[in-house]
Order: sequence, then C-alpha cells, then structure tokens
Amino acid sequence: MHPAPSVIIFTTLSGLGFGLFFWLGLGVPDVSGGTAFAFFAIAYALSCAGLLASTFHLGNKKNAIYALSQWRTSWLSREGIAAILTLFLFALVAVPRIFLGAEMAISGVLGSIFALLTVFTTSMIYAQLKTIRRWHQPLTPVMFLLHALGGGALLAGEAKIAGWLLLALTLVLLAMWRIGDQRAAARGTTGDATGLAHLGEVRMLESGHTARNYVVDEMVYRVGRKHAAKLRMIALGLAGALPAAILLLTPPGHITAFLALALHLTGAVIGRWLFFAEAEHVVGLYHGK
Amino acid sequence: MTALPEKTDKKLGLVIDLDTCVGCHGCVTACKGWNTQNYGAPLSDTDPYGADPGGTFLNRVFSYEAQAEGQPAQTVHMPRSCLHCDDAPCVTVCPTGASYKRSEDGIVLVNEDRCIGCGLCAWACPYGAREMDRDAGIMKKCTLCVDRIYNENLPEEDRVPACVRTCPSGARHFGDLGDPDSDVSKLVADRGGYDLMPDLGTKPVNKYLPPRAKDTLNTQPLEVIADEPQGFLGWLDKALEKL
Ligand code: SF4
Ligand code: SF4
Ligand code: SF4
Repeated sequence: MHPAPSVIIFTTLSGLGFGLFFWLGLGVPDVSGGTAFAFFAIAYALSCAGLLASTFHLGNKKNAIYALSQWRTSWLSREGIAAILTLFLFALVAVPRIFLGAEMAISGVLGSIFALLTVFTTSMIYAQLKTIRRWHQPLTPVMFLLHALGGGALLAGEAKIAGWLLLALTLVLLAMWRIGDQRAAARGTTGDATGLAHLGEVRMLESGHTARNYVVDEMVYRVGRKHAAKLRMIALGLAGALPAAILLLTPPGHITAFLALALHLTGAVIGRWLFFAEAEHVVGLYHGK
Repeated sequence: MTALPEKTDKKLGLVIDLDTCVGCHGCVTACKGWNTQNYGAPLSDTDPYGADPGGTFLNRVFSYEAQAEGQPAQTVHMPRSCLHCDDAPCVTVCPTGASYKRSEDGIVLVNEDRCIGCGLCAWACPYGAREMDRDAGIMKKCTLCVDRIYNENLPEEDRVPACVRTCPSGARHFGDLGDPDSDVSKLVADRGGYDLMPDLGTKPVNKYLPPRAKDTLNTQPLEVIADEPQGFLGWLDKALEKL
C-alpha cells in the first residue's frame, strides 16, 4: 500500500494524543490548574493535529460531514464519532480540573474508555480489510492500542508503566510481523486470482494500462519490501526495545524520559511507514506482483 | 445507507467469456466514452499528451499467459470491471453512505454528492474495480451503465451496457443472474462460469466463462536445434570469438 504521509502522521499523532487522554482520564498524573492545562493542551493538540492530517488525503473534503453517518457498518465512520465524543467528554473533564480543581464524577473514566475505543476504531479500519491479509489479524488492533497506551504513558510521565507497555509492544511487533509474513505468503498466485490455475502456470503478459493509474499507485506499491528486514529492526529498537530498556533500567528523570520519547516517536513513525509500505493487497496478484 | 440489502429483486450483471475475448480493448474505450459523457463526473485524463499520462477507467483488459508443463502456452484476455458483489465489502466500509447497493437490481453505485474521496472502498475491493478520479477527487466505478439499461430514449437494442453493445466478438453478456432461467444464467450453467477469488466471500454477481479446452496438437514446444553453429556460421562464430 502507498504510505501516504498524511495517514502516517494521523495514526501516529492521534494515537499518541488519545493515549495521553486515556491516562489523564484515569487521573494519571494527578494534576490540576496550570499543569493540568498543559497536559490537556498537549493531548488536544496531538489528537486534533492527527485528525486534521487525516483530512488531507481526502479528495472531496466538502462532503466530510457525511462521514459521521454510517456508524452501523463503517469503522471509519465509527472512528470519526468516537474521536469527537472523546474530545467532547474530555472538555467535561478538563474544565473542572483546570479551573475548579474539582472532578466530575465518572466522566474521567468514561473519557478514558472512549479514548481507547477511538484508537481501536482506527485500528479496525485496517484490520477489517480481508484484501490485505497482513493487516487482517487480531494483533493489528493490539499493536495500535499498545502504541497509544505506551506512548501516552510516556507523555504522562509514567516511566515504569510506559517501560512495561513498550516492552509488550516490542513482543507484539515481532509476533505481528511473523504472523503477517505467513498470512501474506499464503495470499495465492496470479493463477488463483484469475481462476486460470488449471491451465498451468499463469503470468501477466500485458497489464490493462500503459500508464500509471490509481490502483497501481495506491495498492501495488512495493518500495517498502526491499529494506523491510532492516527497517523492521530499526522500528523495533527505536519504538519499543530501546525506550523500554531506558525506562525500566535507569532511574526516572526528565532527560531519560525525553530521550525515550524521542526514540519512541521516531520508531513509531518508521514502523507506521512500514505498516503501509509493506502491506500487500490481493489486487497485486492480477498485476503479477 | 451502506448497509447491504438483505436480498435484491434482481441480480443484474455481466458474464464475460474468456474463450471469446480477443483483448481488443473495445469495451474499455466504449465504457470510457459513455461514462465520460453521461452519469456523474467525467473520467478524467491527467497530462494526456504529456510525458506522464494517466487516467480513470471503469474497465480494463489484462492479458495473461498460461502454460502447463510441456504444453504450448495460451493467452487469455481478462477484462475486469466491478463485479457488483452481493456481499460487497466496498459498500460496508464507506463512512459517508456514498457507496450503496440497490435493492431492486443489485447494482453497486457511488453517490458522488456524498463521497469524500477517502479511498477506503478501493482498498476493500479485491479486484481493483474502483478508481479515484484525480481531477474530481471522487470514487469512480462501473455503473453497469445504469443510465443506458433503463433509458427509454435509446432504441431498445442499445439498452445494454456500452461495453456489451460494443464488444465485436460477443464476449460480454448482460442479464439477470438472479433468475435461473435467464439467458445469462443458462450460459453460466452450460459453460461452468466461475467467481473471481470466491474465498474472499464477496459473492460476485459477474461471472467469467473459462477458456474452452484446446485441441491437443502434436506440436512440441520448440527444441534447440543446434547449440554449436556449423559450417560457415561456425567459422564466423570462431572468427568473431578471436577478435
Ligand atoms: S467488484 Fe469491488 S467495487 Fe465492485 S462490488 Fe465487488 S468489491 Fe465492490
Ligand atoms: S471514497 Fe467515497 S465511496 Fe469510497 S469509501 Fe470513501 S466516501 Fe465512500
Ligand atoms: S457496464 Fe458500463 S460502466 Fe460497467 S464496464 Fe461496461 S461500459 Fe463500463
């Protein structure tokens, strides 16, 4: 799949923002007044920047309001609704906490639940697609959730919790790639896709176009597979293993937390780029790829 | 609404004969012509006379070569357009309700006044049947020529999809695949028509008729007659080698 920068930015930043919301809703860290303002501002900035970035790749933004209408079948629609509800719920949490030093009953925990739900709906946009076998596995939502929870804990200043979550993320990434490779390899051949396998070995002689087109640009993207193994190790180290080691093995402090965050973010972006660039769509089989 | 209808009264669709199709791309051109001048945004061409041309099509013809061990190869031309799937994943993923399947005849359409151009439906389609128009920013797909087949302003023989009407080899058939007594259903039953990638559970309405079995000729694939050139050519070969 074509790794559109807008989608990479969107999923990384908004995941981080909603992850931070999750912790803030639970009262972690337990802050009020100006400090609470700063934390909520970061969470709002990240999640809104992410959501805004996601609209950049829309071809026809003027119809955007309709995107909230199909929650009964569409994960993308559910995501939009969940995101807006979460942002709204956290206004109810943030305002009393910042200005009144008080807590609205239950709205914090409810907000946290919705924050996770938002990340889950994002992940299901990808995990639901049977056409991309690598994504169509239960570990895809787990990976998204761990990114949000781990990154969010890091931003919330919970070094030890973040360390354990990023360690879990490391293991999940490894498992997800392993299962993904198996699933992708079992995708079939051009003969299976065309239903011509009984005639012998099938190869593409001529494609249905002499020029670029949307389907090829969007879904038969193959650049990511060349350096996949190396990039995986880089993403794994930066997003998971290294920050986990720093957070779990060194005494907590601003410098180590900042270093862990910088590494994690870089790794998360590389990992997300790879998530798209590596993914093989079944339509590639019709193109002999 | 992007919920799929529980059942459709008819299942209008195409039956494409891979035995007869000669790969002339006539259907591609007819489809582009009709659908650029009629329903919805035109199918744009980007940089058509420049160095990097591209464009939107609702139907494309691919050519494949199939070869069994020790047999001569055979060419199969495979046109592909939307299969108007019964269980269309492109419809259910759509966040706006722009993509829908009609309960009266099963045609899958895009309401261009709702589409946001997110492209998710194209990701959900296994067959590459949806293309985003780069000019309009709207998802385009085969309409089964919905503006021809019911169009009483056209002479009756023209009330079929443009691609079917134009096909010079009669490889494309249009009809109701939900009615077991229709001509298309009988054709599918006779010839063993099949679904593309049935394991993905999309339940396509369009069917493909497999190429008929070929005569078995006694010709073998070409053998290498002489590895080493003889006579004059042999001398030339050696002389050139020495240079
Ligand atoms: S062929 Fe593709 S676009 Fe057409 S109905 Fe099936 S899934 Fe949707
Ligand atoms: S591109 Fe348009 S039709 Fe396709 S899923 Fe998005 S809004 Fe729906
Ligand atoms: S039915 Fe109409 S829109 Fe569909 S491929 Fe044929 S000509 Fe194109």
